Amino acid sequence: MSTVALEKKEHPLDAYLRMERLPHIWCSGCGLGIILASFLRSLLKSGLNLDKVAVVSGIGCTGRAAGYVKLDSFHTTHGRAVPFATGLKLANPELKVVLFSGDGDLVAIGGNHLIHAARRNINLTVICVNNFIYGMTGGQLGPTTPTTARTTTTRAGNIEESFNIPYLVAAAGAVYVARWTAAQVRQLEKSIAEALLKKGFSLVEVISPCSTYYGRMNKLGTALEMMRYYRDNSVVKPDIDLKDAAIKLGGQIVTGKFVDIERPSLFNI
Amino acid sequence: MSEGKPLVGEFFLSGDEACAEGAISAGCRFFAGYPITPATEIAERMSDRLPEIGGTYIQMEDELASMAAVLGAAWGGVKSMTATSGPGFSLMMENIGLGVMLETPCVVVDIQRAGPSTGLPTLSGQGDMMQARWGSHGHYSIIALAPNSPQELFNLTIKAFNLSEKYRVPVLIMSEASTGHMYEKVVIPPPDKIELIHRRKPTVPPDKYLPYKADADLIPPMAVAGEGYRFHVTGLTHDERGYPAMNAEAQEKLIKRLVEKIEKNKADIIQVEEEGIDDAEVVVCAYGVPSRVAILAIEQAREGGIKVGMLRLITVWPFPEEKVREIARQVQAFVVPEINYGQIALEVERCACGRAKTILVPHMGGAVHSPEMILEAIRQAVE
Repeated sequence: MSTVALEKKEHPLDAYLRMERLPHIWCSGCGLGIILASFLRSLLKSGLNLDKVAVVSGIGCTGRAAGYVKLDSFHTTHGRAVPFATGLKLANPELKVVLFSGDGDLVAIGGNHLIHAARRNINLTVICVNNFIYGMTGGQLGPTTPTTARTTTTRAGNIEESFNIPYLVAAAGAVYVARWTAAQVRQLEKSIAEALLKKGFSLVEVISPCSTYYGRMNKLGTALEMMRYYRDNSVVKPDIDLKDAAIKLGGQIVTGKFVDIERPSLFNI
Repeated sequence: MSEGKPLVGEFFLSGDEACAEGAISAGCRFFAGYPITPATEIAERMSDRLPEIGGTYIQMEDELASMAAVLGAAWGGVKSMTATSGPGFSLMMENIGLGVMLETPCVVVDIQRAGPSTGLPTLSGQGDMMQARWGSHGHYSIIALAPNSPQELFNLTIKAFNLSEKYRVPVLIMSEASTGHMYEKVVIPPPDKIELIHRRKPTVPPDKYLPYKADADLIPPMAVAGEGYRFHVTGLTHDERGYPAMNAEAQEKLIKRLVEKIEKNKADIIQVEEEGIDDAEVVVCAYGVPSRVAILAIEQAREGGIKVGMLRLITVWPFPEEKVREIARQVQAFVVPEINYGQIALEVERCACGRAKTILVPHMGGAVHSPEMILEAIRQAVE
C-alpha cells in the first residue's frame, strides 16, 4: 500500500477564524458550521471594513460563534446579547454590530429585548439560529419547539404553541426579516449580506439541524437525513402572510425574504 | 443649563441631580436606564443633559437590558452608567457579574429604598449593602461608595468613574432616598480643576495584544471595539487571550487576580472620614444618611461627658478593615447605625474581633434614625 502525503491547504475563511481555537465544540452534523461560514462569506461580500464589525453572542451552542470569528467579539450573558449590542452600537455608531445567537437565547430569555430592539429599529443585524431545542444543556424544551415534539422535559410531547420568529419580529417592527434553512446556503448568504447593509433592525432566522438531541428524540434520522428533509420540504414563499409561516413538526418549512421595508432607524445611525 | 459643556458654579440641586452632573463632569456620555423611584431623577436629568453634550441617553425595556447596554457602551469606548433602586438593582446583578468578569469600567448608582421586594418605594433604606458586595453569583471583589450629601453625590460620582476606569471594574454608588431627594448647595468646579482618570490603552500592535494579560498592578490595558484589535471577550473563565479555559488552573489564576486587583490596592481605593477618634472611648461607624444624624448624637454625648468619635465610611467596599482593626484597639465600643437590621455592623464586628463591642442601631427603613436612638446606643456602650 502506498501512502500519499497530504498537503496542508488553507481554507479561504481561515483568515477570519480564530484557528487556534479549532476544532469547535459543535457536534458533528450540527448546522452551525455551515451557518458560520455563510455569515463570513456574506460579510466579505458586503464589503464592510472588518475592523469596524463586532459580533455579539449570548449563551448556548450558537452563542459560541462569537468566540470563533476573528473580529471584535463578545460572548455575553444568557439572553442579553441584544441590549449589550444596543449599548455597543449607540456608543460607536461607526460599528456594524452583528448578533449571532440561538433561538432559546434570543426568543425565550432574551425575547423581551428582541422585540424592543425591533420596535426601536436600532441598526443591528441578528442571525438567529433555530434548532428547536436547547442543545448546550442537553435537549430541553425551547420557545420554538414545535407542538408535540419531544424533548428531555417534554417526554410525552410539547403541549405548547411555539414562536413563529419572523411573524414576531415583523410585528414588532423589524425592517428586514428572512428565514432560510442550513440547506439553502446561497439564499442564506444573499440574505445575510442584504441584512448587513440594511439600515435598521434586521433578522435572519436560520433553521439548523440538531441531530444529537432534536433529531434523535423526534426520530428525524441522522444529520444528513435532517438536511435532506430541509432540502425537500422547504418552500420559498416570500409573500406569505407571516402568521401562516409557523413551523410544525413534520410539516413544510416556509422560507424566504419576508420583510424588506424602510423605516427611520433609532437616532438615524 | 449650559449648552454643550459641563456646568460650573454653585447650584441648588437634589442628590439625584448632583449625581447626574457629577457623571457629566466625569466624562460620562452614555446612560441606559429604566424608571424607578427614587432614582428616576438621575435618568431624567441625563436624558436632558446628555444630548446637549454629544452623549446618548436610552431608556431600556428593563434593568437587565440597562446594565447590559451600559457594558456594551463601555466596550464601545464611552464612559457609561445607569441608576436604579432595589428592585432594579436585583435585576442588574447578572450583568454586574459580567462587568466584573469582562473587567468593564462603568458606574451603577443605587438610590436605596426600603425593601425587600417593592417595599417602600419612596422611602429610605440601606438594605442593599451586602447585595452590593455579594449580589452577583460567584466570588469577586467590587468597589462601592456611600455619599451622604448632594455635594458628595457629585464628588463621588466622579470618583466612581475614576476608580472604574483605573481598576476596570463596575463601581457602585450606594446612596439612599433621603440623600437622592435632598436639596442642598452643590459646587461644581471648572473642568480643569477636576482630575479624571482614563482606562489604560494597549501599547502593542493588534497581533501582540492579549486582552487579559495584566500589567504589574494586576490590571490589563483595554482595547475597545472598532480599534482594529479584533479581540474576543467572554463571561466564561478565560485565559490571557480572552479565550474560554475550562479548568481549575485558569479559574484560580483569573479569580485571584480579579479579587486581588481590588484588595491589594485598598490603600488607594479606600476613603474614610475620622472625627474625634484620638481620645474616643466610643466610635460611631456610619455611612450615608445615618452619618448625618449621628453628628447631633455625638455632640450631645460629648456634652454629657462621653468621649465619642466618628468613623464615616465613604468607601464601603472594599471594607476598610485595617482602619476598624486599628480603632478597635483603642476604644470600648463601635456604635453602628444603619437603615437595615445589621449588614455593615457584621463587618465592623468581624474586624473588631472582640477587642471592642459592636452595638448595632438598626432601623427597618421608611425613615432615618432619630439622634436619640444613636445617643441611647452610645450611652449603653459606656455602661
